[in-house]
Amino acid sequence: MALQMTRRLLPHPLLTTLLIVVWCLLINDITLGTMVFGAILGLLIPMATRAYWPDRPRIRNPLRLVSYLGLVIWDIIVANVQVAMIVLFKRNADMAPNWVVIPLELRTPEAITMLAGTITLTPGTVSADLSADGRALLVHALDAPDPDAVRDDIKSRYERRLKEIFE
Amino acid sequence: MIDTALYIATGAVGLAQILAMIRLVIGPHTGDRILALDTMVINAIGLIILLGLIWGTQIYFESALIFAMLGFVSTVALARFVLRGDIIE
Amino acid sequence: MTDILFLAEILVAVLLIIGAAFTLIGSYGLLKLDQPMKRLHAPTKASTLGVGSLLLAAMIHAFATGDGSLHEMLVMAFLFVTAPISGNFIAKVHLHRQRGGAELPAPPEEETWATYAEK
Repeated sequence: MALQMTRRLLPHPLLTTLLIVVWCLLINDITLGTMVFGAILGLLIPMATRAYWPDRPRIRNPLRLVSYLGLVIWDIIVANVQVAMIVLFKRNADMAPNWVVIPLELRTPEAITMLAGTITLTPGTVSADLSADGRALLVHALDAPDPDAVRDDIKSRYERRLKEIFE
Repeated sequence: MIDTALYIATGAVGLAQILAMIRLVIGPHTGDRILALDTMVINAIGLIILLGLIWGTQIYFESALIFAMLGFVSTVALARFVLRGDIIE
Repeated sequence: MTDILFLAEILVAVLLIIGAAFTLIGSYGLLKLDQPMKRLHAPTKASTLGVGSLLLAAMIHAFATGDGSLHEMLVMAFLFVTAPISGNFIAKVHLHRQRGGAELPAPPEEETWATYAEK
């Protein structure tokens, strides 16, 4: 009973927290007033938009999520230096652009979205499309002579960790 | 020292803006033009931030934020228009 | 005290130069690369990181000069969240244009890619 009331008042606790933080950052001031108004917004907006987002995403392991974000940020920096080197010093004819198909083990939409975003932001790969049944991801690699190595790298480095976090 | 770095950075980002504009003009496909516009929006955000640093004021951050949001929405709207011939279905 | 300010000044200058360099490389890649899908790589990654670095410089500068502010974080987070999404949409536009004539690998289990699926 109490659990149901909480679910009705707070359909997405994470969204509520995010809204309070964003409001405080927008005002650029952390006082009681901004926190209270942020909390009001954080209660009203999830209630108003609940119909569009019925399922609550489950995060099994928040600590793992933080370490995953750290890994991704580090990879973004390393990847950008690599891509900059390729763009600056490699002739167009020497690059080996390739399509890579990644069969997915992840099933929840949030996890697939995070994987696609990670792939776009990290080494020389952009996620281009999802198969119609949502079981494979089409990825374009800027300079990959060996597409299978790219696939195995993405599967072991990112998808395994996301599977531990979300499923 | 910051002043010198600021002027070099502004020159570099301005040059980047010109390069993106050349790609916008020569195309050759719609996708390339949308990508060039998206890049120009990101570069413009960089220029707004540099301007705020040069003039020592904070009031430009709101405009940078609004630019980021409008740029994203217009990229998605343009891409959707090409893909579906319609923006809101 | 002045030592810390001096260090912050060096850090801000270095971040500004790095950010501007990445932004320039992103736009240069946009112009230099010769296939539509290859062009997608440079701006989505390099420009986003470049502007992120400029924002970090602005944030450190604001803290060093006294009136610290964190709302640059908002622009940075927004850019990093939206860059993959707009990149994905532009990739879909390229796929849509090459419909039929492209040499794409087929997905497993006899499906089609979502851009080509009949609605």
